[in-house]
Amino acid sequence: MVPFAGWEMPVQYTGVIDEHLAVRSACGLFDVSHMGEIEVSGDSAIDFVQFVMTNDIERIKDGQCQYSPLCREDGGVVDDTIVYRFNIDRYLFVVNASNTAKVLDWFRQVQKKEAFPDLFIEDLSGIYSQIALQGPKSAEVIKSLLDLDPKEIKTFYFHMGLLNGEIEALVSRTGYTGEDGFEIYLDPADAPAVWQALMEAGKPFGIAPIGLGARDTLRLEMGYPLYGHELSDEITPIEAGLGKYVKFTKDFIGREVLERQATNGTAKSLVGLKMIDAGIPRAGYEIQSNGSSIGTVVSGTSSPSLKAGIGTGFVTTPNKAAGTELDILIRGRAAKAQVVPLPFYRK
Amino acid sequence: MEFPKDLKYTKEHEWVKVEGNIATVGITDYAQDSLGDVVYVELPQEGASVTKHEPFGVVESVKAVSDLYAPLSGSVTEVNDAIVDSPEAINEDPYGDAWMIKVEISSASELSDLLNADEYQKFIEEEK
Repeated sequence: MVPFAGWEMPVQYTGVIDEHLAVRSACGLFDVSHMGEIEVSGDSAIDFVQFVMTNDIERIKDGQCQYSPLCREDGGVVDDTIVYRFNIDRYLFVVNASNTAKVLDWFRQVQKKEAFPDLFIEDLSGIYSQIALQGPKSAEVIKSLLDLDPKEIKTFYFHMGLLNGEIEALVSRTGYTGEDGFEIYLDPADAPAVWQALMEAGKPFGIAPIGLGARDTLRLEMGYPLYGHELSDEITPIEAGLGKYVKFTKDFIGREVLERQATNGTAKSLVGLKMIDAGIPRAGYEIQSNGSSIGTVVSGTSSPSLKAGIGTGFVTTPNKAAGTELDILIRGRAAKAQVVPLPFYRK
Repeated sequence: MEFPKDLKYTKEHEWVKVEGNIATVGITDYAQDSLGDVVYVELPQEGASVTKHEPFGVVESVKAVSDLYAPLSGSVTEVNDAIVDSPEAINEDPYGDAWMIKVEISSASELSDLLNADEYQKFIEEEK
């Protein structure tokens, strides 16, 4: 167990590699109750939501959810989030545990500065536990518990229903692993029973409990950003390669800077790195080209699926093309790596 | 968890097997268990000299990098290259197949600083 944003969380149950491969081949269960939940509601909720997020909530319908960065005026990222759209007047932002207080504070600042009548911003983190069921067998596992055929919940849709006929839950077809799967939001008092029931239902399929270690290797193989690594207050979504989640067809905070970056390009860009030489890239390692520093690794691991050292890093933009060979300084020694397109892992 | 009686140990979680003036060095069962899946190992070259308490190599799990500390000073007479290709051996057989280096001991007096199995076991109990 390790302390994580005020929570005690398991790094691993049986071993990072076994857990990782269980999710890729069967399914795994994650206790991600640490995630923060912030509800925004009221008559001007849609205007507020559109103003704080870079993606466009009007492109989805009630019952759908959407990924988006949340930016400041300078384009720096406050957090990245999944927004659940209940209806035009009610939204739930799922945010990183370590950023919940920061996002709340940011939302309240925006509310104060701009005129948003009848807007309610509420921290609901305490009333939601979250369990993620991820992997190709997830639909078969959840089927016996759910009051609806899981086929009816399409990717990035959610369902407010009952588990085991009595436990109220929000079930979305979302995740952070690149596999099919569901994220279940429920009353913390019900969470242990649902965890047990899913472990039981998943037994014939080879379900395994999954810790933070494999959560990180799974997301990194997919090239999904993790706040504090690929995203931060000093990194913009354009630099991080998240341009498709930034919609200039609407107004939002940070638009001016991001539109300029999208048009003119950025000095640095996020790239995927795969080792050619032996070694594992790690956050903080220097990236070099012909002996001069051109960037820094922000995430790195040994990929259990690819059995190779992989990582992400920011490099000066002329070096971002796939195929570019670079050096990563590992304990003072230059080890050869190549820029590769994301995701690293494809089925 | 196993701590063979015929081995000596360090507080940095290495084990040492002394035969004449040659010490075979590896990491303990406790160390491999704490690291988790070992996926990479870096060892010195044959002929390199190692110094007590100084790093002589590196092991990496999926999540983290850890230094390997020399339990004794001396020169490296043999390196187990097999574990460089199969680092998982460190998890599977830390006291057997996954020995790391053999060192020709330069200062026999350093041997008295090593812990026996009981002392090491007591040390990790306290560390937990």
